[in-house]
Amino acid sequence: MINELFTIVLLLSGSIFMLLAAVGICRMPDLYTRMHAAAKVGTIGVILILGAVILSFRELAIATQCLLIILFFLLTAPIGSHMIGRAAYLTGVKLWKGTRVDEWGAAGTDTLEKQSPSSAEPPPDETAS
Amino acid sequence: MTGAWTIALVVLAVLILLALVRLLRGPSVPDRVVALDAVNTLVVASMIILAVVKKQVIFVDVAIVYALLSFVGLLFIAKYLGREM
Repeated sequence: MINELFTIVLLLSGSIFMLLAAVGICRMPDLYTRMHAAAKVGTIGVILILGAVILSFRELAIATQCLLIILFFLLTAPIGSHMIGRAAYLTGVKLWKGTRVDEWGAAGTDTLEKQSPSSAEPPPDETAS
Repeated sequence: MTGAWTIALVVLAVLILLALVRLLRGPSVPDRVVALDAVNTLVVASMIILAVVKKQVIFVDVAIVYALLSFVGLLFIAKYLGREM
């Protein structure tokens, strides 16, 4: 009884976090804010749903596998979003106009569009000054 | 009890469609890649819920392999987009 209650609570909260992730993907104004929503909130949602599955099965083998998936998500979600964000910044994806801090731009990092002389694209917004 | 899992599965399917909207609309290529990453996360979660609904443990293994392959694919796409490859 109490076990089912915990399972339902974990499943519901995981689904709510997944809903927040998907809504953030759709509604956020910028690539970087969208990535923020997808990586962090999605990871928390998967972890909660996996906790619900562990409580539901109550077997050691499945619990081990689910803990492996949790560990894997905790390791790979930051790495993946960091790589995507870095590639997006290097290819010159614009920041949101309300962005306050752009440390990489202030440091004078050359994006690929600045390096190539043929493209007349302006560099990304340097709103931090 | 199975009803709650089925409802969660349907909700996750709707959320996958919501992320696919961004995948189709995204103005730049990295936007689409981020949306694809979110879709992969949602697919892993729904696959594990499917293991509970169908009472087949093999879906958990499939979810492990799917998460691993999606991570490797994401890294390759990121390296390719950054023109480092």
